[in-house]
Amino acid sequence: MATKQIIHGIFGDEVPLLEACKKLRASGIRIADVFTPFPVHGIDPIVGVPRTRIAICAFIYGITGLSLATLMMWYMMVSDWPNDIGGKPNWNYYSNIPAFIPISFEATVFCAAHGMSLTYLLRCWLVPGAKAKNPDPRTTDDKFMIYLELNDEQSKKADEILRSTGAEEVNYKGTITIEPKY
Amino acid sequence: MHAESQIRIPLILGNKTYRNITDDIIAPIEGKANRLWYILFTISVLGFMWGIGCLSYTIGVGIGAWGSNNGVDWAWDITNFVWWIGIGHAGTLISAVLLLFRQKWRMAINRSAEAMTIFAVLCAAIFVTLHTGRPWLDYMLFPLPNQFGSLWPNFNSPLLWDVFAVSTYATVSIVFWYIGLIPDFAMIRDRVVKPKMKKAYALLSFGWGGNVRHWSRFEEVSLVLAGLSTPLVFSVHSIVSFDFATSVVPGWHTTIFPPYFVSGAVFSGFAMVLTLMLIVRKVYKLEAYITIKHVEYMNIVIIVTGSIVGVAYLTELFVAWYSGVEWEQYAFLNRATGPMWWSYAAMMTCNVISPQLFWFKKLRTSLVFTFILSIVVNIGMWFERFVIIVPTLCRTYLPSTWNTYSPSFIDVGIFVGTIGMFFTLFLLYSRTFPVIAQAELKSILKASGEEHKKAAAEHAHH
Repeated sequence: MATKQIIHGIFGDEVPLLEACKKLRASGIRIADVFTPFPVHGIDPIVGVPRTRIAICAFIYGITGLSLATLMMWYMMVSDWPNDIGGKPNWNYYSNIPAFIPISFEATVFCAAHGMSLTYLLRCWLVPGAKAKNPDPRTTDDKFMIYLELNDEQSKKADEILRSTGAEEVNYKGTITIEPKY
Repeated sequence: MHAESQIRIPLILGNKTYRNITDDIIAPIEGKANRLWYILFTISVLGFMWGIGCLSYTIGVGIGAWGSNNGVDWAWDITNFVWWIGIGHAGTLISAVLLLFRQKWRMAINRSAEAMTIFAVLCAAIFVTLHTGRPWLDYMLFPLPNQFGSLWPNFNSPLLWDVFAVSTYATVSIVFWYIGLIPDFAMIRDRVVKPKMKKAYALLSFGWGGNVRHWSRFEEVSLVLAGLSTPLVFSVHSIVSFDFATSVVPGWHTTIFPPYFVSGAVFSGFAMVLTLMLIVRKVYKLEAYITIKHVEYMNIVIIVTGSIVGVAYLTELFVAWYSGVEWEQYAFLNRATGPMWWSYAAMMTCNVISPQLFWFKKLRTSLVFTFILSIVVNIGMWFERFVIIVPTLCRTYLPSTWNTYSPSFIDVGIFVGTIGMFFTLFLLYSRTFPVIAQAELKSILKASGEEHKKAAAEHAHH
């Protein structure tokens, strides 16, 4: 069993925050998370967050939407009940493709946008009734927070780095016990 | 941190801090509404109620209550539909297209512009659901399995494309808007003290925390949604124009319609954004965020799109003459000199001549003039749709079907009702929602804030 200290390093601006993150990482300290009131550009590689793959999801959802729309229009207009509209009979899908382009496009966008948004909300667990995920409410207003979970030796080092880079506060928020994984 | 050129005019005036932005955005939500708000709200609700009355009457007795007749079967109702859906386009253009072009001035206005989009699309939806005559059967527009055997909607019809386009547009706009709102609702949740309000905003903010992964996904989602919304917004008004352009009515059957409709939509939408933002900045004291420069940028968009619209009008006339098709020629001659010449004159004055006044810097930076002109533009754009629909249908191929048109008071009532609904929703929104995307705005404060820019300039000299 390992006991770890929870540390909140509070900053008033993004520049010292990034500086502190860099120094912490350079001295081998793992940054558990960073909470900011707005997206801080360039922080992802410093904290060690890989690029999100959500855009790939959007592409897959879009392809799905396109396929579903094609299948639907083929079934309804060609297979189930072909019509002869304005001398342009629907005996096959190919010859009517121009008329099907708008809805194919709309269905692609519909599925890509909604699928991706839903994935985003669920992946971040942003659902009605979810508990606020920021430990300090000031981080949605004007404070930036580095959240650390460290053992005693690392805590001292981290404390030094946080204070030297201009942290306004370094708060110790108790300890957590991490069960060893077998 | 991103440094911005000193040549660029600051987007946030005064010496603001992150906390100041929070305070300024939350002020209308925490504070009490003033008398002006209640007066406007009462007028809007009364208009809305009148509209509901006329709408109920229409549902009760059928669309015979309208001024539409055998020849002029699309009239006031479709004019209003196209007008409202066009107004909606500016919101998506501001939040999606300007995001792709990395225009930072969008951040002060995108939230309210998107709200305007959603409310305008709702107003438009009223007209399309109603114009079918039996709105309780509107579910038949969707390809649902039904008890009539193999009765499917006609996917070759532009009217069905419109159903898909408008419903995709409405839902995607709502989602785009809401995803941007979540961090701002979280800010309100963490700030307000009244327990009921805290609970409400906690529910609305979906438990947002603002950590690195969430922001990273947030930015990617915003970018991809912008990329999807951009072709979507162009497709929606193109498809609306197909409703006309794929018909064989002279004056409608033209290939210029899609780009002409899209630029007209952006034109009227920006005018409506200006009308609303000029009120919002004054009433909620947001002059530091929605600056004269923002107004000027929007006015420049109005010049560009207004000029495109003007060129389109002239191109239509030229092509009608050049085509040698006499029905086509007559359609335009009739619009300009026929019994409804006044609507054509109103359209030309409001849409082609008036925006050209914005070439004068003094006029495009004047708030009063901009406010007046924004309303003039929207009147002009309403007349544009009226000119396309009504005079054309009054004089089609067979002189025996020639007819005239005047709206009934039910027609007018429903239109007034949608304006009332639009402003009711917008006024409620402006008191409960963060009217500016504050998280985004905070991210440009250090680069584009007035005092911060001055400090950076001084720093560079030493």
